[in-house]
Amino acid sequence: MNKKSKVVRYNKWGYIFLIPFVVAYLVFQMVPLVSTVYNSFFENYRAGLMQIGPNYIGFENFKTIITNGDLPTYLQNTLIMWILGFIPQILLSLLLGAWFTDPSLRLKCQTFFKTVIYLPNLIMASAFAMLFFTLFADSGPVNSILMQIGVLSHAYKFMSHVWSVRSLVATMNCLMWFGNTTILLMAGMMGIDPSLYEAAQVDGATSTQIFYKITLPLLKPILIYVMITSLIGGLQMFDVPQVLTNGTGDPMRSSMTLIMYLNKHLFSKNYGLGGALSVFMFIITGILSLIVFKFTGKEDKDGR
Amino acid sequence: MAANTNDIAGQTSKGASVHARRLLSYLVLIIVTFLCLFWFYVLFINATRSHSELSAGFTPIPSTHFIDNWISLKNGTQPVFTGMLNSLFIAVATAALATYFSTMTAYAIHAYEFKAKKAMFTFILMVMMIPTQVTALGFLQLIGKIGLDNNAAALIVPAIASPAVFFYMKQYMDSTLPLSLIEAARIDGSGEFRTFNQIVVPLMKPAIAVQAIFSFVTSWNNYFTPALVLHDDAKKTLPILIAQLRSADFLKFDMGQVYMMIAFSIFPVILVYLIVSRQIVGGVTLGGVKG
Repeated sequence: MNKKSKVVRYNKWGYIFLIPFVVAYLVFQMVPLVSTVYNSFFENYRAGLMQIGPNYIGFENFKTIITNGDLPTYLQNTLIMWILGFIPQILLSLLLGAWFTDPSLRLKCQTFFKTVIYLPNLIMASAFAMLFFTLFADSGPVNSILMQIGVLSHAYKFMSHVWSVRSLVATMNCLMWFGNTTILLMAGMMGIDPSLYEAAQVDGATSTQIFYKITLPLLKPILIYVMITSLIGGLQMFDVPQVLTNGTGDPMRSSMTLIMYLNKHLFSKNYGLGGALSVFMFIITGILSLIVFKFTGKEDKDGR
Repeated sequence: MAANTNDIAGQTSKGASVHARRLLSYLVLIIVTFLCLFWFYVLFINATRSHSELSAGFTPIPSTHFIDNWISLKNGTQPVFTGMLNSLFIAVATAALATYFSTMTAYAIHAYEFKAKKAMFTFILMVMMIPTQVTALGFLQLIGKIGLDNNAAALIVPAIASPAVFFYMKQYMDSTLPLSLIEAARIDGSGEFRTFNQIVVPLMKPAIAVQAIFSFVTSWNNYFTPALVLHDDAKKTLPILIAQLRSADFLKFDMGQVYMMIAFSIFPVILVYLIVSRQIVGGVTLGGVKG
């Protein structure tokens, strides 16, 4: 009896230690989330000096952003730029991860290479985008180098073509994230039971066969985890295209992402449409998070 | 791991094919390294060159105007030093709050048995992935109402609830913090709060260091929320100033100064990273999935 009451007395500290997190979460995440959803049902914006609303209009805001083509266009832009960056990113990461963990290769300077490939991940995305903007400017160093070595006869206007801007954004995203992905995949590859490899080698499997028949299938959960978290991150794409195109998403809004669009509404205080867009983003990322959660949850159980 | 490595390597020395593959992998690694470092090399070179040299075209050799560019940036229109101090202050405060309170949250879940424990843990894991952008609208309205608009505190205080940092701390505790230690402290008459501050926090130092660096860098690089919250020039952080530089008609600028400013925001992080890269690269794995 005595012992039990003592345990209970300690365990109330569990709640006490949770207070800061819970309070901060409720105030700065939960309340804003609820009021964002609330806002999405109201007409509320400024036209010139006039304040329109807030008037309750039901699902009108959601209808507007879908039917006026903004949401589909910007979702498409975001996904295109994500895919353009993600495919080289995952291929490169798989390749490098396989090489780093391949015992028969015994690569030297692994620490150096890992340090280098992770470096771009820590760079301020806005500064990196500004750097790319100056480097790829019409009179910038990249054009200057390409003209010096004779690839181009006159400067290529990187900022005025749809696919060059998208490719630049994708390149930056790929550069910034492939190191991170490589390290995650390596952890997964090193977790694979080495006896499987030994058995395959005894049976005379080539390293290509081993990669496709053993590494890849066993890596599937981590690959899916990496893909979905990258998609969640990709949907939040903002800093790079925002600074690269100065918030315009030019040429012809072809590099305007969802969050850039949200940012526009937040600055112009169009809370109705901004709210609807936020709710849309919340639902998508919510579904994707649930999938990730299922994966990590399962691994947790296995791990214990 | 080392033992395994040697075992397998011994069986597969197939000579030429391994050599060829090794050569190929080094080649790819060198190209990748080049792609990662090239931009920063150009940035460094260009930060040392004057405006007229820059307009003449690119050369791979550094010039002598590093100090000149530095001085003109210092005397320029952009408040870069205030910006850096603001960034530094917000990033340090964010890192401190995020790590301390996330350790506390993780400790609550790790060390105590209570009814809401499992539900709480599941809840935090579920909200971990939800981006701050989707609640930004309500967040802006909220800080407007409670008078935190245009105030750095609006960027710092929410860091108390950082699910991702919490998750890392929890993982780390599972592997390194035995409950018997806490029991022993209790028997010695240490209060729960004191046990946390004087025994748990010191034991968690390696994890706190890793997460402090991550939180610091995330906050230092953060552009979206600060740009919406901070309005006064004197309060703005570096990423906002960079974006302003982009929206100014930059062709009228001294390009040496522009490169200098980009270098000024990027190189401090690179410098810190080179010192602590081992811990950071190691930390990526534990925060993601279990290996």
